[in-house]
Amino acid sequence: MDIHEYQAKKILSGFGVTIPRGGIAYSPENAENKARELGGSKWVVKAQVHSGARGKAGGIVLCNSPLEVAQATDKLLGKKLVTNQTGPSGKIINRVYIEEATDIKKELYLGLVFDRSSESIMVVASTEGGMSVEEISKEKPETIIRSKIEVAVGMQQFQAREIAFGLGIDPKLISRMADTIIGCYRAFSELDATMVEVNPMVISNQGQILALDCKMSFDNNALFRRSQVSELRDKTQENPNEVYASDRGLNYVSLDGNIGNIINGAGLAMASMDMIKLAGGEPANFLDVGGGATPEKIVKAFKLISMDEKVKVILVNIFAGINRCDWVAEGIVQALEKIDIKVPLVIRLAGTNVEKGNKILKDSKINYIEANTLEDAANKAVKALGK
Amino acid sequence: MTVLIDKNTKILIQGFTGKMGSFHAEEMIKYGSNVVGGVTPGKGGLKHLNLPVFNTVKEAVNQTGASASILFVPPAFAADSAMEAADAGIKTCVAIVDGIPSHDMIKIKRYMRRYSRIDKMTLIGPNCAGVISPGKAMLGIMPGHIYKEGRVGIIGRSGTLGYEAAQQLKNLNIGVSTSVGIGGDPINGSSFKDILEKFEKDEETDAVLMIGEIGGPQEVAAGKFAKENMKKPVIAYIAGLTAPKGRVMGHAGAIVSAYGESAVEKVELLKECGVTISKNPSVMGETVKAALNGKTT
Repeated sequence: MDIHEYQAKKILSGFGVTIPRGGIAYSPENAENKARELGGSKWVVKAQVHSGARGKAGGIVLCNSPLEVAQATDKLLGKKLVTNQTGPSGKIINRVYIEEATDIKKELYLGLVFDRSSESIMVVASTEGGMSVEEISKEKPETIIRSKIEVAVGMQQFQAREIAFGLGIDPKLISRMADTIIGCYRAFSELDATMVEVNPMVISNQGQILALDCKMSFDNNALFRRSQVSELRDKTQENPNEVYASDRGLNYVSLDGNIGNIINGAGLAMASMDMIKLAGGEPANFLDVGGGATPEKIVKAFKLISMDEKVKVILVNIFAGINRCDWVAEGIVQALEKIDIKVPLVIRLAGTNVEKGNKILKDSKINYIEANTLEDAANKAVKALGK
Repeated sequence: MTVLIDKNTKILIQGFTGKMGSFHAEEMIKYGSNVVGGVTPGKGGLKHLNLPVFNTVKEAVNQTGASASILFVPPAFAADSAMEAADAGIKTCVAIVDGIPSHDMIKIKRYMRRYSRIDKMTLIGPNCAGVISPGKAMLGIMPGHIYKEGRVGIIGRSGTLGYEAAQQLKNLNIGVSTSVGIGGDPINGSSFKDILEKFEKDEETDAVLMIGEIGGPQEVAAGKFAKENMKKPVIAYIAGLTAPKGRVMGHAGAIVSAYGESAVEKVELLKECGVTISKNPSVMGETVKAALNGKTT
């Protein structure tokens, strides 16, 4: 799960990371008042959407008066911000963050992720803040400092100090920087995060170390024990069909093609999508109804796919194990009694009691195309597009 | 020798008296697995499915001599149960459950470092279908009848895609020595490489089919291991050609976040290691067959 910049900042400040002063606003008046309250002579209005690269997309505006703050807010609110990470449809701006402007002396990079090779938390830092970590590793790989943290004992002062010294900052700031890095590590480790990124981490002209922009993501599997994190979820930042799916226990990812998929199991779903691609088609989605493929889940899956206007053909591929094909077929028949499907439907059943399952489908009133293998199903789905 | 389990392996069910535990315990018993009892804290002393229930794994191991267990406990308690199994001397533990936090998985693996190589438990999963040695024993939730007894090893992340492979092999009259589901999570108990190592030593296995997917470094690490240490042919299929970067595809671990993690890149890197690639998921069986024939000619 992702959260907004201002939410990540609030969390990190609770772990001793210094952030610039700021406040959230939902209207231009709100924003103008916030600017006056903060005082000073320069403010930054920052669109709160779940994406990086907001600056280049016009989502971050430097203002010289509270009036300008109000104007910038007026322009941003309600608009969809399209960045190189949001896809062409963009993400809606429902709130802006008003922050006092910082005089930047130096921009640094700090990121924490799970390292799947060593199964530990990896801290990555660089002197080249402001660029994405991909850009840094391509253009200035020699500036990258990596430190693997043993999670059983946590991050030690010396490890944080090593990174701080590696960043070549003023020796007077080393201890403050080490505390900042350890604060980020503790936030990661204590809140079940999967990613913490402070980019840039800046040193101001006044000698302060500030987290100027922050991103945090969290382990969905751990949200049950992190209510203070799960309540920060903002569904307006997610694809509406994906929200519909996740609220109903379905694993769904919206894609750009026109062949809708209903499959049991994530691996089989990816494999079926591969076959569609190889047959010359493009999948409209990834959808895993779970290994069990219960009738309830199948009804929900058909509802979800029928909501997607891109879909011109639906491919159902179920490998039934302990849930037998006859049971799955009954689920499909039930689903199609409730939901009117207007596009061609290709169904492939496999596994336990496949003959019984296919017979149930044939004897029903469902209008569908039967397929026998993965390849057959993909070919028939692509062929049905042309009709 | 058989990889991980055989006919005689004594099996405990952790979370025995729950709905999932009861259902799958019965399926395993029907298949012929030697289930000797189960653990449900607070229900020790009762009988369930005509088998003894224990309060702790230690007690169960002492009384039954069990060396394998399978977990049917909710994700929030799974880490605790796995560590309890490790501490009680269980040698092979399968965690079926989907939804264990990554931090908990790291904790389990760190905890198990206290044991010597010989005493250390092999954890399979989580988020997997388990282990089956066709005709011998099942320590999992798969439909046993789709597996034909034979000499090909299977290692895969996905349950149903693994079934698909087993059926393709069966249709070609090729059997399976052992199939191991290592699960779809980013941090798992055993990696592709860990299981390849076991298959290379297994006298009942001639070739190994590895069914991987996008995300993480494990498939490529296994390829490198195969290149340097294996004589048996390794065949691989990598799912997720159409997966966009940065999106989780159902399995928590199926996300492309770095170079070498996409399906295309993994296939290239595996080819460099001399692994035979199944070019699409509908020819996994045929690709294994060709590799087996290549070996005998």
